[in-house]
Amino acid sequence: MLHTVNKSPFEKNSLVSCLEHAADGSAILLIEDGVYGALNGSAVADKVKSVMGKSTIYALGPDLDARGIADKIMDGIKVVDYAGFVDLACENDKVQAWL
Amino acid sequence: MKFTIQVNEGPYQHQSSDTAYQFAKAALEKGHEIFRVFFYHDGVNNATRLTTPPQDDRNVVNRWSELAKEHNLDLVVCVAAAQRRGIADKDEAQRNGKDADNLADGFRISGLGQLIEGGIQSDRLVVFGD
Amino acid sequence: MSESKKFLYVNRKAPYGTVYALESLEVVLIGAAFEQDVQLLFVDDGVFQIVKGQDTKGIEMKNFSPTYSALGDYEVTKMYVSKESLEERGLTVDDLMPLTYEDEDDDWAEKDSIILVNKDEIAALMEEQDVVLSF
Repeated sequence: MLHTVNKSPFEKNSLVSCLEHAADGSAILLIEDGVYGALNGSAVADKVKSVMGKSTIYALGPDLDARGIADKIMDGIKVVDYAGFVDLACENDKVQAWL
Repeated sequence: MKFTIQVNEGPYQHQSSDTAYQFAKAALEKGHEIFRVFFYHDGVNNATRLTTPPQDDRNVVNRWSELAKEHNLDLVVCVAAAQRRGIADKDEAQRNGKDADNLADGFRISGLGQLIEGGIQSDRLVVFGD
Repeated sequence: MSESKKFLYVNRKAPYGTVYALESLEVVLIGAAFEQDVQLLFVDDGVFQIVKGQDTKGIEMKNFSPTYSALGDYEVTKMYVSKESLEERGLTVDDLMPLTYEDEDDDWAEKDSIILVNKDEIAALMEEQDVVLSF
């Protein structure tokens, strides 16, 4: 399934909770302030990396660009645009938003 | 594929309505169907036509109205959430003894059952909120 | 609408500070009339929604916690609660309201609606749904 996270991990526990509750094989898409969870070398980076082999982490490109962090994200995170977001919602059988 | 989109936050304060709009637009461009957009919680504030953003900012409300017109979208505002927050069409305003209504073009007010129906009838329910 | 889907309501927010818990409960009540397979999950701060002893007189807001106890009458009988979320908050199941239902297939015996689940069980629970409503 697809999980979306729209909160900065430095403010809310949505990303950590999502990472802990997502089954193997999930797609996790960071959107809005959630894209701060993609930052390389952050306090949550290791937690994000630890699920990478099991699930795929995506970040919404327009949100990265808007926040000036597109070149600061860790390796292994796939960047998608809104069309890619739609594709992910189609490819996965349901969507859970970690608000 | 058939989508229902739920919007839980009002315009400007949160990005959720913007993201929902961009998602809806991208889905339509890809040839998908939007069964319904359901506005809940403060999301009902996306439906007031009294919104007057500065000239150089996007008009979130008009943008939804225009997308609805162009693609014949069903934009549904939850009645209970709308009543709490002062969003009313002519009928609602009259029924509740109010001196004004403010529902924007392309939106309609209805019950929460419309959200559940969206979940049942659509292939995917995508929620945008805070 | 003969088709029946599995609906999961994910409650992750505390009551009163924001309106999400109350308005989520309103969706559950309306949704119950649609005869779908409904489940509630309380995780993260959502577990605070069903803590017993809520008294809202002082804040002059409606205490909607008794409604959770009535959900059994609406055939909403599966309330999953995160074990870890309780522990992280220093709570146990004894701090929660007793939520029960009468099982019509078992001579109306009163049964517990609360099902404690760990992280892996929550992951599996989410995977088996058709629709996830998150508040």
